[in-house]
Amino acid sequence: MAAIRPSTTPLLSVEHLTMRFGGLVAIDGLSFKAERGDITALIGPNGAGKTTVFNCITGFYKPTIGRIALAHSAQMPPHAVERLTESGRRWLDRAKGGLFLLERMPDFEITAKAKIARTFQNIRLFTGMTVLENLIVAQHNALMRASGWSLLGLIGAKSFTKAQAEAIERATFWLDKINLTHRADDPAGDLPYGDQRRLEIARAMCTRPRLLCLDEPAAGLNPRESHDLNSLLRYIRDEHDTAILLIEHDMSVVMEISDHVVVLEHGAKIADGTPDEIKNDPAVIAAYLGVEDEEESAVEAEIAQLQSGRTAEGTP
Amino acid sequence: MRGPSITQTATTRDTAPHTRPGVAAAFFDALKTALLVIGLGTPIILIETRQSGAVVTLHLRFGLLAALAGIAFAARLLHLLVIAPWLANRQPLRLAERIPRQFKTWAKRAVIAFVVLYPFIALALAGKGGAIKWIDNFGIQLLIYVMLGWGLNIVVGLAGLLDLGYVAFYAVGAYSSALLATTFGLSFWLCLPLAGILAAFWGILLGFPVLRLRGDYLAIVTLAFGEIIRLVLINWVDFTGGYAGISGIPRPTFFGLPFTAGEDGFAAFFGLQFTPLHRLFFLFYVILALAFLTNYVTIKLRRLPIGRAWEALREDEIACRSLGIDTVTTKLTAFSIGAMFGGFAGAFFAARQGFISPESFIFMESAVILAIVVLGGMGSQVGVAIAAVVMIGGTELLRELDWLKQIFGPSFDPTKYRMLLFGLAMVAMMVWKPRGLISTREPSIVLHERKAISGDLVKEGHG
Ligand SMILES: Nc1ncnc2c1ncn2[C@@H]1O[C@H](COP(=O)(O)OP(=O)(O)OP(=O)(O)O)[C@@H](O)[C@H]1O
Ligand SMILES: [Mg+2]
Repeated sequence: MAAIRPSTTPLLSVEHLTMRFGGLVAIDGLSFKAERGDITALIGPNGAGKTTVFNCITGFYKPTIGRIALAHSAQMPPHAVERLTESGRRWLDRAKGGLFLLERMPDFEITAKAKIARTFQNIRLFTGMTVLENLIVAQHNALMRASGWSLLGLIGAKSFTKAQAEAIERATFWLDKINLTHRADDPAGDLPYGDQRRLEIARAMCTRPRLLCLDEPAAGLNPRESHDLNSLLRYIRDEHDTAILLIEHDMSVVMEISDHVVVLEHGAKIADGTPDEIKNDPAVIAAYLGVEDEEESAVEAEIAQLQSGRTAEGTP
Repeated sequence: MRGPSITQTATTRDTAPHTRPGVAAAFFDALKTALLVIGLGTPIILIETRQSGAVVTLHLRFGLLAALAGIAFAARLLHLLVIAPWLANRQPLRLAERIPRQFKTWAKRAVIAFVVLYPFIALALAGKGGAIKWIDNFGIQLLIYVMLGWGLNIVVGLAGLLDLGYVAFYAVGAYSSALLATTFGLSFWLCLPLAGILAAFWGILLGFPVLRLRGDYLAIVTLAFGEIIRLVLINWVDFTGGYAGISGIPRPTFFGLPFTAGEDGFAAFFGLQFTPLHRLFFLFYVILALAFLTNYVTIKLRRLPIGRAWEALREDEIACRSLGIDTVTTKLTAFSIGAMFGGFAGAFFAARQGFISPESFIFMESAVILAIVVLGGMGSQVGVAIAAVVMIGGTELLRELDWLKQIFGPSFDPTKYRMLLFGLAMVAMMVWKPRGLISTREPSIVLHERKAISGDLVKEGHG
């Protein structure tokens, strides 16, 4: 968004991330950053390793090599990351600005402490639970504390009743945002596909994340639903303190809403920039057209030629 | 499961459910079944070895085999021509949705009233002599199983962790309370909570290494754990008495008043005439209270974050972790709370029997309790209670069928067929109601309107 930023620690910085599965190198020395208040898109052909990146960030996989740092505060001095890395600890708590080395943390702590929420490429709702229950489960940690690890809850303490009312309020807020209030008491598995996708996003938002990771949220949506999704994501970015990291194949979604695009191919980054830069990047075009490596340079040259031709025509 | 897939009956039923299969086709299918029975039965039924001294002689039982083949033929024909078309045309039974809510609450009250008054009803109907059997075998024993079913329901039904060794916690409860009572002379009322705590502690101890496993692996390890506990009880003779078990466990007292005929006994204190029924009444109400406690706590926990996390865990563990839920602790709480109720039941069992031995804690018990949970409908408190009543009450009723001896001869023992009936009940349930008796799920929290959730959407968990 804003073109010039003060040099601060970015929200998420992925450095030299490598993930091997046996002999297969799924991610190969990937580094990129996601800024606060941005929608960052991660794109690439099938099997490029996008979901694997998500799984590393959210702790479902332990990276073979690399550092993934998340800084809650923009005022975090850059050397704080180095110092934390050397200290061997996993995080600086919120009082000190909140800095987390995600590759050292187990998955559930990443959501609970570092405040990263995610959705899945194949939807993972609690289908046998109601829509409302899905959103309440997402607030588990806060409610667990309020229920005094169930002891206060068992005796029906006021403080717990209040916390639960607040949880319901947050749930209804998000239900309203995704237009599903009328289906609050229906099982999540009964919803149509598009609603399930939005519900999964709402559920992730109920954990109050600083970073929301969405794995192909527009997959299988019709154009109308896809449009609604765009507005929902923009709303999250603009009105909440939540940045978005997005995997998406649908270029209309990517180009329309993202502030920053990272392109992966065979686990390596081939481009990184604004949507406009990416659109015209020869390496990206070659990757998407599925050109062999030897031909790639030829295509690049061709595109360069075309573009210079076009600009030459445009300028008098 | 849906009848024959090879013959044309299956296809005709799928396309036009109203038409019956051709009689000829059904006849041949049934013939095939009969031949199958003959084929399978030739080695196991036809040939019988009889030993007299050192001599083994072979007997061929053609009559028996023919009879079985005939039964199979008739049953198959009946199934194809009558039962299968009827099943196909039947509207799915949605009892839970059709019964109005108000009726349900009244039915609930009536059942609770009946259970609370049960000993008096039994006494009134069966007289002093007959009531003992009805209160002890049907009342107390049934309630123990209801309680065990509810305890295991937390682990299997709510959290979706397949535990095949639940009886281990029952045993831990029974032995710890028995040992505490006989060694330190602690009263039943002290032993009871201690047994629960110890069982919960064992639940945590076992849970730590085991709950990283899922599905089949978890089931096998819990099964092994149940066996280990039993073998320890058998072999650690100094501590547990081995096969001989522990006897002379003090009977529970009524606030210090023993149920004896003596001067300081319960009967004398209240100026009643002594009868062993007093103790039974008391035991009945103790186990009833324990069962109600189990039910109350489970229902409460289900509506708390922890209970919702259990059910979410059963639905999708990975999604749980993505929402910041510590799945290991969550599983451990389910495991240990389930174990605690098993421990309570064990302590009660020890006090009721006055004697325990490893015989009471065999794998079969785990299997029966698990069967109760599965048949009841995983997660449903009412379903589990009904299943316990049907399964345990049913096997107790088998003892009442002594008149069958007049038909089948004096060597016929109906209780021997207990497991056969268990198996048949399981198969029948899996065919007609694969999700158990009560297959709908009640939401734990509502915004506008409470709707039951169809069991088809509810997942059973993978471990
Ligand atoms: N757990 C795993 N074990 C082994 N290989 C894996 C594992 N997860 C991913 N891979 C491999 O890593 C590579 C990248 O997979 P990934 O799912 O990250 O691709 P993707 O970019 O998300 O593709 P898509 O667009 O199809 O979702 C693939 O070759 C995949 O087979
Ligand atoms: Mg993917």
